[in-house]
Amino acid sequence: MNYLMSAATGFCGAMLLFTAASLAPAQAQDEAVDWEDKPYIVEDGKVDYGTYNGFRRYHNTCHTCHGPDGMGSTFAPALVNSLKDMSYADFAATVANGRSSSGASGNSVMPAFGDNVDVMLYIDHIYAYLKARADDAVGRGRPDRIDPENDPVFQEWQANQ
Amino acid sequence: MGMEDMKKFGLMAACSVLALAATTSLATANDELVEMQQNAKNWVMQLGNYSATRYSELEEINKDNVGDLQVAWSFSTGVLRGHEGGPLVIDGVMYVHTPFPNKVFALDLNDNGRIIWRYEPEQDPNVIPVMCCDTVNRGVAYGDGKIILHQADTNVVALDAKTGEELWKTQNGDPSKGETGTMSPLIAGDKVLVGNSGGEFGVQGHMTAYNLETGEQEWRAYSVGPDDQILLDPENTTHLGEPVGENSSVDTWEGDQWQLGGGTVWGWVSYDPELNLVYYGSGNPGTWNPAQRPGDNRWSMTIFARDLDTGVAKWVYQMTPHDEWDYDGVNENILVDMEIDGEQRKVLFHPDRNGFAYTLDRETGELLVAAKYDPAVNWATEVVMNEDDEQYGRPQVVAEYSTAQNGVDVNSEGICPAALGTKDQQPSAYSPETGLFYIPTNHVCMDYEPFQVSYTAGQPYVGATLSMYPAPDSHGGMGNFIAWDAAAGEIVWSVEEPFSVWSGALATAGDIVFYGTLEGYLKAVDMETGEELYRFKTPSGIIGNVNTYEHDGKQYVAVLSGIGGWAGIGLAAGLTEGTDGLGAVGAYQSLSDYTQLGGQLTVFSLPSE
Repeated sequence: MNYLMSAATGFCGAMLLFTAASLAPAQAQDEAVDWEDKPYIVEDGKVDYGTYNGFRRYHNTCHTCHGPDGMGSTFAPALVNSLKDMSYADFAATVANGRSSSGASGNSVMPAFGDNVDVMLYIDHIYAYLKARADDAVGRGRPDRIDPENDPVFQEWQANQ
Repeated sequence: MGMEDMKKFGLMAACSVLALAATTSLATANDELVEMQQNAKNWVMQLGNYSATRYSELEEINKDNVGDLQVAWSFSTGVLRGHEGGPLVIDGVMYVHTPFPNKVFALDLNDNGRIIWRYEPEQDPNVIPVMCCDTVNRGVAYGDGKIILHQADTNVVALDAKTGEELWKTQNGDPSKGETGTMSPLIAGDKVLVGNSGGEFGVQGHMTAYNLETGEQEWRAYSVGPDDQILLDPENTTHLGEPVGENSSVDTWEGDQWQLGGGTVWGWVSYDPELNLVYYGSGNPGTWNPAQRPGDNRWSMTIFARDLDTGVAKWVYQMTPHDEWDYDGVNENILVDMEIDGEQRKVLFHPDRNGFAYTLDRETGELLVAAKYDPAVNWATEVVMNEDDEQYGRPQVVAEYSTAQNGVDVNSEGICPAALGTKDQQPSAYSPETGLFYIPTNHVCMDYEPFQVSYTAGQPYVGATLSMYPAPDSHGGMGNFIAWDAAAGEIVWSVEEPFSVWSGALATAGDIVFYGTLEGYLKAVDMETGEELYRFKTPSGIIGNVNTYEHDGKQYVAVLSGIGGWAGIGLAAGLTEGTDGLGAVGAYQSLSDYTQLGGQLTVFSLPSE
């Protein structure tokens, strides 16, 4: 966690971002199709650390437009629907690069989060959470966590810090 | 302020020549609006008058006949976004604004609302996603034949009220850093007063005065920072009766954190022409994670009373030192005279996001009353009123609900109110007949977990996760519309609402109070009892403010519909259900079952006889 703490205090954010950006796709490839289809663990209604942290990070940055629990708002689409058929690569690219469109309600613009460490460091976690929501594997509100000792995702995350 | 004092303010010295030059035109513009605000036939400023009472002396529509109210005409703005603020009416012309792209229409009331002119600025759409919580705009301002528009991209534009021609334009902030424009400017004297938005992007909040004739900047006062930036006089500016001293802001931050310190100014401004003071509040400190900014974080969450001519603060009062809940202090400040403890006082009334309603002496900043205006409020037990107590003026925080004491990565549960506040920017009304304030409120609580975040310019800088739900152990709804006795600090009556009341209220001499609801109803209630006398469902949810005016001898009531804003984002899908342990009552329904996006002005009147 020291690693993360230092990110907040200065301009080493750019360096961290580099690490994160190169890390995420590699993970996706290693774990191939399985992880992308089911990037979360839900046991007895409890979720792994990634899904849990994805909930937190989603509600730090994304929910101000996409609404609580990925349910959408008057301003931006419901990601519980979008993630039903969006690939991890498309998801990550959209988050990193943003997108814009125009429709009946005027311009709709999503910003690029590519240089936001609070998003890009946890892009896999946010994906896991939203995918779990899209699959209806996790309900609304704050999910309970699997005991860290029995949580392989947390063990792996901690080992990498 | 003497010459010695002037030297202390580098910024001011630079502006003094301008200030002097401006004095000549001050009288005309000033007198014009001071007079115009007293004419009930017009609606010349967003809050009705400089005192921000949102009260009208019109009484054709009254308690006995409001049940017969009908739609007289309507107008589509062509924009489907959150419509905050409301139209102005000046001598037969109505000025209607929209959210981004911030169109302005001048409608001819003598010709069935024909469009006299329209204005649509060109703005970079990349400003859209840096606006927290929808692309709202709280309305245009009028002064000296000009309509002043504050655009999303922070440009402040003066338009000729007759033709719509652009007279001047000036940039008030930098959207690439997350600074945006949502607040309605106030014109006082020869100045246009306007602040910035972007409290979730680590910007440094400020209030700026521009010359109404030329658009030149006359002064800028930051909310946080060194003395010469915040325009506080260490010896003469007071906080609770004591001089603030040197470095009153920067000493309450760790290192340079104040540079990301927020305190944005996006609410309402009121003005006392006799005292020549302008009043407004500052927003939350950045980030939402209190652990990253130890100290009181002055002067975020603060009411400022500033001299209109110089910008120097006469007094300040910080309501929520070291915020841990996002309780921005930007809500309206209503200026009235009332008797408190047997003494007639010139007061300022401020129903804060933090759930306390404050009554202060507006001349001195003395704190007179601070009381909870929703019984659900639990994050603090009280505000200490004893001048001799070292905690004087400070809220007494309850440890259980302190996100700072509970610490980073801990989820604090059951905090009331939620970050939305017991009320947000939706302005209240005051009736001099009843002496009561009519306040649209939220009845929502939250869980709040702060965590470490990093700053990147132009990116969100939040640092907390929160879940919101209706106040537990209550009526199950998310809002109340209340009548408040500010001298006693007591609720007189309260109307339960299923959703937050996010619409500005209007009180009239017809003994009625109007407000809108998120489902889209315009409602009229009895001023004395709160009994509902009229409701009409407009096409979309109402987050705009209700106005009234008279035209050709007939009274009209006008309101903008268009769901959106923070209300549209937080509530569109319904909030999360309260956990069982907290005992949330009632099934929770989503706002999207009741209303859809819209953008419409609806104007009401009584049927012709």
